[in-house]
Amino acid sequence: MAVRVQSEPFDAAAEARALTAGRADVGAVVTFVGLCRDEGGTLAALELEHYPGMAEEEISRVVAEAQARWPLMGATAIHRYGKIAPGEDIVLVVTASAHRAAAFAAAEFLMDYLKTRAPFWKKEHRKDGTSGDWVAAKDADDAAADRWKA
Amino acid sequence: MKAVYFAWVRERVGATDEDIAPPAEVRTVGDLIGWLVSRGENYAYAFENAKAIRAAIDRKHVKHDALIAGAKEIAFFPPMTGG
Repeated sequence: MAVRVQSEPFDAAAEARALTAGRADVGAVVTFVGLCRDEGGTLAALELEHYPGMAEEEISRVVAEAQARWPLMGATAIHRYGKIAPGEDIVLVVTASAHRAAAFAAAEFLMDYLKTRAPFWKKEHRKDGTSGDWVAAKDADDAAADRWKA
Repeated sequence: MKAVYFAWVRERVGATDEDIAPPAEVRTVGDLIGWLVSRGENYAYAFENAKAIRAAIDRKHVKHDALIAGAKEIAFFPPMTGG
């Protein structure tokens, strides 16, 4: 498993290839990339603040939970911080398994838990020059994470 | 112990981190929030909706009833919005 928290961009395709390099038992790789939206053309950038140290540790705990729940052959999670422009990547999750069901489910679980547990906060910078608001957490994200309990 | 603040909690408190020495009767995270609020308007503003504030002790999420004894670093922050 690989977990990274970084300001620089990542290469999603290279990360996915790395999970299958040198092996022939993987039957399914799911790659999810979360991007910065322009919010109807009003957003100049998002600024992502994080809790150094805890961010890596918490994502690692979430990945370990996914590995305990599904038969994964590999998992990678990368989350960026700092100023990110619309169209740029923010977060990457890659899961590898023998079959697609586990890879899809684990990727979705990872994203649902990353959104509600990884210590990152987004602040909006608007095109009209106003330093905008902190993005508010969504109840829908909590609900999405809660459905994995049971 | 060290208190650290993130996002709008950091902005409202007006500091990224500080060393604090709460009295012995401050036993839980919730007690600590109450003690911080008593220290000034900036804390009162940051913690005005205390229920919404999340906390971590030594980089692990905790609830407000968690005991703070032995903690090196206690973090306060809004609900997370990464991903």
